[in-house]
Amino acid sequence: MSRKRRRRPVRRTRRAMREISVKVPLLARVEGEGALALTVRDGVIEALQLRIFEPPRLFEKLLEGRSFEEVPDIVARICGICPVAYQMSACHAIEGILGVAPGPWVRRMRRLFYCGEWIESHSLHIHLLAAPDFLGYPSALELAKEHPAIVRRGLALQGLGNDIIRLLGGRSVHPVGARIGGFYHAPDEASVRALRARLDQAAEDAKALVSWTASLPLPATEQVFECVSLRHPDEYPMNEGRIVSNRGLDIAAADFEAEFQERQAAYSTALQCLHRGKPYLVGPLARLNLNADRLPSSVAEHARASGIAFPSYNPFHSVIARAVEIHCAIVEAAALLEGYAVPEQPFAVPSPRPGVGFGCTEAPRGILWHRYELDSAGRVVRARIVPPTSQNQARIEEDLRTELAALGADSTDEALKLRAEAVIRNYDPCISCATHFLNLEVARS
Amino acid sequence: MARLRVSVHKFSSCDGCQLALLNRVEEVMRLADRVEFVHFAELGYVDPDAPVDVAFVEGSVSTPEEEIRIRELRKNARTLVTIGACATAGGIQALRNLQTDGREWVAAIYPSPAYVSLLGASHAISRYVAVDLELWGCPVDSRQVFSAIHDLALGVRPLNPGDSVCATCKREANVCVLVAHGEPCMGPVTRSGCGALCPRFGRACYGCYGPSEQVNSVALTQRFASLGLGPEAIARRFLSINNAAGPFAEAGLRAKEPR
Repeated sequence: MSRKRRRRPVRRTRRAMREISVKVPLLARVEGEGALALTVRDGVIEALQLRIFEPPRLFEKLLEGRSFEEVPDIVARICGICPVAYQMSACHAIEGILGVAPGPWVRRMRRLFYCGEWIESHSLHIHLLAAPDFLGYPSALELAKEHPAIVRRGLALQGLGNDIIRLLGGRSVHPVGARIGGFYHAPDEASVRALRARLDQAAEDAKALVSWTASLPLPATEQVFECVSLRHPDEYPMNEGRIVSNRGLDIAAADFEAEFQERQAAYSTALQCLHRGKPYLVGPLARLNLNADRLPSSVAEHARASGIAFPSYNPFHSVIARAVEIHCAIVEAAALLEGYAVPEQPFAVPSPRPGVGFGCTEAPRGILWHRYELDSAGRVVRARIVPPTSQNQARIEEDLRTELAALGADSTDEALKLRAEAVIRNYDPCISCATHFLNLEVARS
Repeated sequence: MARLRVSVHKFSSCDGCQLALLNRVEEVMRLADRVEFVHFAELGYVDPDAPVDVAFVEGSVSTPEEEIRIRELRKNARTLVTIGACATAGGIQALRNLQTDGREWVAAIYPSPAYVSLLGASHAISRYVAVDLELWGCPVDSRQVFSAIHDLALGVRPLNPGDSVCATCKREANVCVLVAHGEPCMGPVTRSGCGALCPRFGRACYGCYGPSEQVNSVALTQRFASLGLGPEAIARRFLSINNAAGPFAEAGLRAKEPR
């Protein structure tokens, strides 16, 4: 290898004797700011660090002393892409403490709210962040020049997801509709009809999207890893269920801390969540691997027809899993809106009491676990939040080691870099979320 | 006409204000003949040190590295625009500024706090460098961002109205949640721009667009007290998403320490 060219001013490539060092100082097309450092000596990967230099914003501490009623609005601010997930995990945890039972209307609308977020977040990821990798474009804008219909379809789905969130939340980023006990506002029937009218076409678009993702030139690989997700007795999991895995785990959200521990890796100062000391996968591929039998039948049939069998242990199939989940969320949304009626009051009234509660829901990127302790006035005494990206962090590094070794550590720096970036993006890491718990040195040189 | 060179930079934030653009990519594409995105990492363009006509900044300054980065960025940007509550007012994370020692919070969350490189406080961009235009909101509204881009591309100073949420409610003919329902609405002191979403949903505004141009926080504090809110609850109304914005910070701290 004798390459020493600079493709972009911020990318540096250094070669010293038989040691190569690949640095990607700022990862493109991920949510938040992260970097990768890789050292290869004599054809062997010696050091590999997924660095996250987002500064922590210390949400767990700033929640202390706040009233339970404020929690959904505060935790939404952890992530602009998945605020609904934060609101839902918080609502469930706090309602558990207060003994509030919001009833079937709220339950349905929360599931619809979540469908919106999955559609929005997955569509954004597939088209703006991931697809350019698989088709060899630097960005979605370049991709759109040659594949305008594909990108337009993706953006329309993303827009639909945002509109579903808006129906219940007023806006799609930091929506204002959710409250402990339910929603502040029930959509009127005309708005619901207008949205419902778009879903049949959207389901067709989602089917085409599933087929398209299944036809992408994805790297062929098979890895061994534990998948962790929620599982519900009869639904594809979003808001409710037990935490299960393909290795026999089956626990309630309240027992999370006994099985999962966060630890600090000495080399990178990252706090990583491990299951009994081992990396594991959360997110769309893990969910689909564990819950393919819970998909609506039309979604399951179309997924089968696409030719990719789930469970799959090719991490790159995550992009197909996302498309299948978009299809699932659209079909679910249509079912949830059948027979819609405006309720007398869209929330149950909570009143403060002390206690400890747990909430675990399926954020677009995987299980999002919350624990709150409230005092008798309903103020937060302590909060703990474990987001999906800190759970996937160790798995991403494990995947990078496997994939880069398979590619051949003596590949060109550029090839290693491109594959590494594709591997990382494939997990859709949400670095803003993760950083409230990951502490990484700022190592920008 | 040369295209406007634009960059988007992230500091301490949730990424939500960049979605003002990422949720409107079709509109971003339509700008292609007038606007060139030079640096916008999430969209795929990485060139953080390039000189630009307009730099949009999301997020607050909360680490020593960010302090250096914002100063460099200012040198490279002809016009610097902050987007959102974090960049414009320090964000909700500025609540740690109210602690006697923000490091205690770090120590409470991280097993090895020494690894966390944080400034003592989270501040608005304007604390460190001159800002040409501040767009408020948590999150900022897409329409605000696009109209700023259009105006700057034409060489016009963007409008940035500072009236209150009340004005929006009146125009929209919303029922006043403060007067009619006794809800502790922040609308009278909060900048417009969101479309009065909360009052429209029958809930009290929680001030996520920051202080309006003319804030009478004393009168609103009295009103909140007459609704039965105690000093702590009143302080929390002001010390929330925009806790470090001048008029809200003053009102919040005043409520905490009643004479």
